[in-house]
Amino acid sequence: MDATALLLSRIQFGFTISFHIIFPAFTIGLAAWLTVLEAMHLRTGRPVYQALFEFWLKIFGVAFGMGVVSGVVMGFEFGTNWSVLSKMSGPIQGPLLSYETFTAFMLEASFFGVLIFGRKRVPPWFYLFSTAMVSLGTTLSAFWIMVNNSWMQVPVGYLLQNGYFVPDDWTRIIFNSIVWSRFPHMLLAAYLTGAFCVAATGAWYVLRGDGYAETRVMLRMGLFLAALLLPVQLVFGHLVGDYVHDYQPAKFAAIEGRWHDEQPASEVLIGLPDAATASNKYEVKVPILGSIIGSMSLSSKEVGLNDFPPQDRPPVLIPFLTFRIMVGCGLVMLAVAWLGSYLSIRRRLRRNRFMLWTIFLSFPLPFIAILTGWYVAEVGRQPWVIYGLLRTADAVTPFLTAPAAMTSLVLFGGVYLFIFSFGTFYIYRLLRAGPTRLTVEPLRGASPNRPMSLAEPELAEPATAGE
Amino acid sequence: MVLFWVALLAVSILVYLLLDGFDLGVGMLFGLTRSNADRDTMLSTVAPVWDGNETWLVVAGVILWGAFPLVYSTLLSAFYLPVVVMLLGLILRGVAFEFRHRATSPSRWIWDLSFVGGSLVASFMQGVTVGALVQGLKFTDGVYAGGVFGWLSPFSILCGIGLCLGYALLGACWLVQKCHSEVRDAARRQIPVLATAVLAFLIIVFVHALIENLPIMHRWLDRPYLFVFPAIGAVAAAVLASSILHHNDRWPFFAVAVIFSASFGTLALSFWPYMIPFAITIDEAAAPHASLAFMFWGEGLFVFPLMLLYAAMGYRVFGGKVETKPGQH
Repeated sequence: MDATALLLSRIQFGFTISFHIIFPAFTIGLAAWLTVLEAMHLRTGRPVYQALFEFWLKIFGVAFGMGVVSGVVMGFEFGTNWSVLSKMSGPIQGPLLSYETFTAFMLEASFFGVLIFGRKRVPPWFYLFSTAMVSLGTTLSAFWIMVNNSWMQVPVGYLLQNGYFVPDDWTRIIFNSIVWSRFPHMLLAAYLTGAFCVAATGAWYVLRGDGYAETRVMLRMGLFLAALLLPVQLVFGHLVGDYVHDYQPAKFAAIEGRWHDEQPASEVLIGLPDAATASNKYEVKVPILGSIIGSMSLSSKEVGLNDFPPQDRPPVLIPFLTFRIMVGCGLVMLAVAWLGSYLSIRRRLRRNRFMLWTIFLSFPLPFIAILTGWYVAEVGRQPWVIYGLLRTADAVTPFLTAPAAMTSLVLFGGVYLFIFSFGTFYIYRLLRAGPTRLTVEPLRGASPNRPMSLAEPELAEPATAGE
Repeated sequence: MVLFWVALLAVSILVYLLLDGFDLGVGMLFGLTRSNADRDTMLSTVAPVWDGNETWLVVAGVILWGAFPLVYSTLLSAFYLPVVVMLLGLILRGVAFEFRHRATSPSRWIWDLSFVGGSLVASFMQGVTVGALVQGLKFTDGVYAGGVFGWLSPFSILCGIGLCLGYALLGACWLVQKCHSEVRDAARRQIPVLATAVLAFLIIVFVHALIENLPIMHRWLDRPYLFVFPAIGAVAAAVLASSILHHNDRWPFFAVAVIFSASFGTLALSFWPYMIPFAITIDEAAAPHASLAFMFWGEGLFVFPLMLLYAAMGYRVFGGKVETKPGQH
């Protein structure tokens, strides 16, 4: 095994999967929102829903395309770079991911074609059905991925035979409590991402003086949904923390920045963990809170990192920091969603430019929260790739050379950077252009700060022709 | 159970070859026309279905992983660079469908280029891996020992070119079936050239196998019934020639699809019972029964037919010839 090839493979996997998760995180929520819009359009017949649907569908198309192509890579990278892992755990991970492909990918792919190109070729009910099927596909895909990853985090229901992880109890593998706290956590995160992106877009349009009904619907639906989901997300986040506490104590200690056993344990709010001295610099601690968070008790003993031999400890700094960033993002999002919803209900939001700017600028928060959340999960479980059973260092393709790994890393880096730049640019341009208006549906009490014709000439005259 | 998954794997690979084959082929032919209107037409024949077509590659990949983990891990790691380059090709062509439509005319050439280049590179690399498999990879004690470039040989490069030609032929037949006027006529003129090139390629491969005395040739002498497949292929080739002469739009695609299936059948059966020729057999590679059964009772028995159903639904919704006016995104 080549140590450089191992490091490069880890960087490559981290890079390609971080790149990939951005798009599903966005499109899972967006697909659900599109289904709701299309259903409301069919029910009410209001053009505003159709205009929004057509508009977000274009953005969905670009993001979905990037999600698909970067996802195909993931399915093969297990074999190219992690051949020992894919061979040993193939009997478990292979069937799980094959269920993902069978139940989700073909569903998404077939109905995505109908969604983009088939509006005029199929009856309205079938079009709505296709939208729902794409949405179902994205959700199923997330489900199987979470089952698969949860098994790697907490392997259950297996036997080790002749160097293979052989499935012993599929019900335990799929229907364990860890999956059912992590899958909702991920799904809610995706819905929140969709909600914030939609609300931020609405805020942006109001800021530039656009007072159409589409804008109001975006702002309100986005903010209300986020306001409702965020408290639920905090609960599921706590449940995910519970499984880490019970099954991955070293990861939990790293997240908490706890080096020694403590009873009762304090909670490090901020600080800078230093592995060399096994202590935190600049730490701010709250006594007893650590025991409350870890075990819901005032006096429990909580485990510190020093209980684990150095070769079994995760790197501390990354899980410690990324966890705090994730939670921070979540709390800021909660504040933005609640305050924004409150102002919206009181009909004061559209005049509050500071709040509109805050909502607009908060769109990266859910993405950052998802990425950092995954870094906590994946870096925190090191040095294991299958927790407690197979080390990452032993999972890499044994004959992979550093030059080969370097070549692929550079190629992936270059191509991803290239398509990401153009993809974001195209999405930005679609967002800037805004929805094509199908009819004039002005907003009650709208008071744009400047004449719309000056702000955005092409939007001044609503296109009544359209579809 | 093992046989079921071998069969399903074979079906998935064949469906992939035929479906992504034609859209990769259209991608390569896309580079041969200068007219923007023709390009739009060509793209619109594959745009609604390409994603589903490419999914069959993932289907084959995950069946391989779930049912034959040893082969999945061995093949992908042995073909490290070809797989990576193929994936990058598929990425570049995949995003081109959406991006080309979003780009303004001055920058459209970037996505035209990435569509053609990506299709070409992906097809070539697929051919190279098949060629290298036929020729045989180097193994020591069941572990791949061929090094980073173990797959590279004149023969594998020849197979890469051959598969590009084959996909282009399939793509041309698809265009004949789906288009009117200029695009169809251009494709109709390309078919004889491509068909001749593919035939020449098959002859060269055969002669090469004879001269090099590839182990795979012995299978042929042992199993004379294998010659049924080339015979079917020859009949299909005759149908192709006749349908082109009679300006029939429907039959060329099916004729070439049969030629592809016959070639695939030939190859698959001459590998039997090996999955990686003369190193790993089907039984050695098969996952434990608990894995195969779990896959069988859910996805094999129920989801697979459903998948075929909605893949077919896509082709039904977008059936018939495409309109030849540009910009129908």
